[in-house]
Amino acid sequence: MADPLRAGAPETQPLRLANVTKRFGTHTAVEDVSLDLRSGEFLCLLGPSGCGKSTLLRLIAGFETPTSGSIGLDGRDLAGLPPHRRPVNMMFQSYALFPHMSVARNIAYGLKGLGLSRAATAERVEGLLRLVRLDGFADRRPDRLSGGQRQRVALARALAREPRVLLLDEPLGALDRSLREETQAELRALQRRLATSFVVVTHDPSEAMTMADRIGVMDRGRLMQVGAAAELYERPANRFVAGLLGDVNLIEGRLGADAAGPTRTVETGLGPIRASAGAALGPGDAVVVALRPERIRLADESGEGLAGRVIEVTFLGDRIRRLIRMEDGTVLRASGPGGGPDWPVGADVRLGFAPASAVVLPA
Amino acid sequence: MSGTNRIALILGLGFLYAPILVLVAYSFNASALVTVWGGFSTRWYGVLLADRPLIEAAWVSLRVALLASLIATILGTLAALALERHGRFAGRGLFTGLVYAPMVMPEVITGLSLLLLFVGIGLDRGIATIVVAHATFGTGFVAVVAAARLRGLDRALEEAAADLGAGPARVFWSITLPLLAPALGAGFLLAFTLSLDDLVIASFVSGPGSTTLPMRLYSQVRLGVNPEINAASTLLIGAVSLLVLTASWLTGRGTGEGGKDDGKEAGKAGGTGHAPA
Repeated sequence: MADPLRAGAPETQPLRLANVTKRFGTHTAVEDVSLDLRSGEFLCLLGPSGCGKSTLLRLIAGFETPTSGSIGLDGRDLAGLPPHRRPVNMMFQSYALFPHMSVARNIAYGLKGLGLSRAATAERVEGLLRLVRLDGFADRRPDRLSGGQRQRVALARALAREPRVLLLDEPLGALDRSLREETQAELRALQRRLATSFVVVTHDPSEAMTMADRIGVMDRGRLMQVGAAAELYERPANRFVAGLLGDVNLIEGRLGADAAGPTRTVETGLGPIRASAGAALGPGDAVVVALRPERIRLADESGEGLAGRVIEVTFLGDRIRRLIRMEDGTVLRASGPGGGPDWPVGADVRLGFAPASAVVLPA
Repeated sequence: MSGTNRIALILGLGFLYAPILVLVAYSFNASALVTVWGGFSTRWYGVLLADRPLIEAAWVSLRVALLASLIATILGTLAALALERHGRFAGRGLFTGLVYAPMVMPEVITGLSLLLLFVGIGLDRGIATIVVAHATFGTGFVAVVAAARLRGLDRALEEAAADLGAGPARVFWSITLPLLAPALGAGFLLAFTLSLDDLVIASFVSGPGSTTLPMRLYSQVRLGVNPEINAASTLLIGAVSLLVLTASWLTGRGTGEGGKDDGKEAGKAGGTGHAPA
């Protein structure tokens, strides 16, 4: 048996969401979300609880009906198709293992009606158990399993029907921390091997950055930005995205009058700052400059740059973080590897950064 | 447990069960006089077994209880599913009230209204009418127990089944019903018990040839209490206790995650359930 779980011929866009909106009464859970999932892609939907990411997953699975917009799979509109007729499968946050069935029967549940012989079903179940390293657990009841084992049964069960797209709702949410990190890598390796598209909902930015090919950041029902982790980190679309992925300094100001170009001048309390502008913004617009702490270079008082004084130094092992009070009272965070020049608390320093590493965002 | 609590408990239990204990003890009385102890004997159980009208009444009761609780279980399950699985349909509140009303309705009212109904539609009174009457209030008890269990069931279980390709019918038969089964068993036994010891409603809606055991016992007591009645009552108490214990064991038996909590909830519902019994 080669790999019975490998998905069919790859297509460019298994899943396409177009202007999907979902309202519950007056509450808008998902607002105008458009998203194309690539074949074999690992996509994370990242956002705080209540941002609409789980609702989006339920819309794709068919448990909710969009108020407007469309969801298509391999070019076919899924509208009106009930959950049991959709070629997608979901792994639930609670795992939702059937408590009255053995592990094997849980996994085989979705195989009924696929026209498999008894032997083929048994073989498939065995293959899935091996895949999630649960050989020998076939006859256990779910309540006799550990949390990590239950998670793997849920995964095997969701994979049994070889879905075009696998939806995972907080798949690692119930695991403890050390197990979670181990499982992240496992899940990623499994997804690569099966070449099935995964859509994973998570509220943990580091989890999304560890696993995903692309991350879709959601806030209050809207999809704010979709892109690779590095892209979201370096070129966030707005301050929410900037703040979600890692630490960031946000410096408020107004856009200067210089012509639109790759870098523009922002008038701030620290004086004029040159930063790169992505968004369409006009002169005089209120903006914030997003600047990652590790992109700030420190220099001696005699050097060039913005003047400030170190007010706190924190040793974090792999790096050292300094809080620096600027002349107008703004406090910025700067971090860098240890071993460099030592600027203790009270030292007067100069701050510099490349304009390309500071991003102008709408205020 | 403090001393005061212990005394309160003993007094409470004594108040509830002392009369029953006396009855049970006197059922083993060798003397034919109810109030005089004449030594231990099981002779009244022998007399009981030879009492044809009493045995016949017991059979009527058993048949009525079985049929009525079967009907009540089916209807109660449907009512619980409607209440818990079909969202906020129009008239849901009213429906809830209507399902639960027979449980709190004075039995005299229930009995009288059913009698008027049966007379009105020209239905001959007999075993069938008692079955209908008992199914009426049994349905409410089954619905309460089943609804509590349904509320405690993770909706994701049914959704997961649907997600794995199961249509609504397969979801119901392979997931919802098996997980509901302990509650339905408990509901069935409660309905059975209530039917078995109902006197008031049965008296209203029974006809000739359909005398239930409690009716038979009651009419005999009016002629005078004899130890045979004590023996019959003891057997009835034994049967009912066994059923109620089984019912509460069934509701308390959790299935998988979260099962314990909703078991408790269902147990509470069961508690209010057999209070009138």
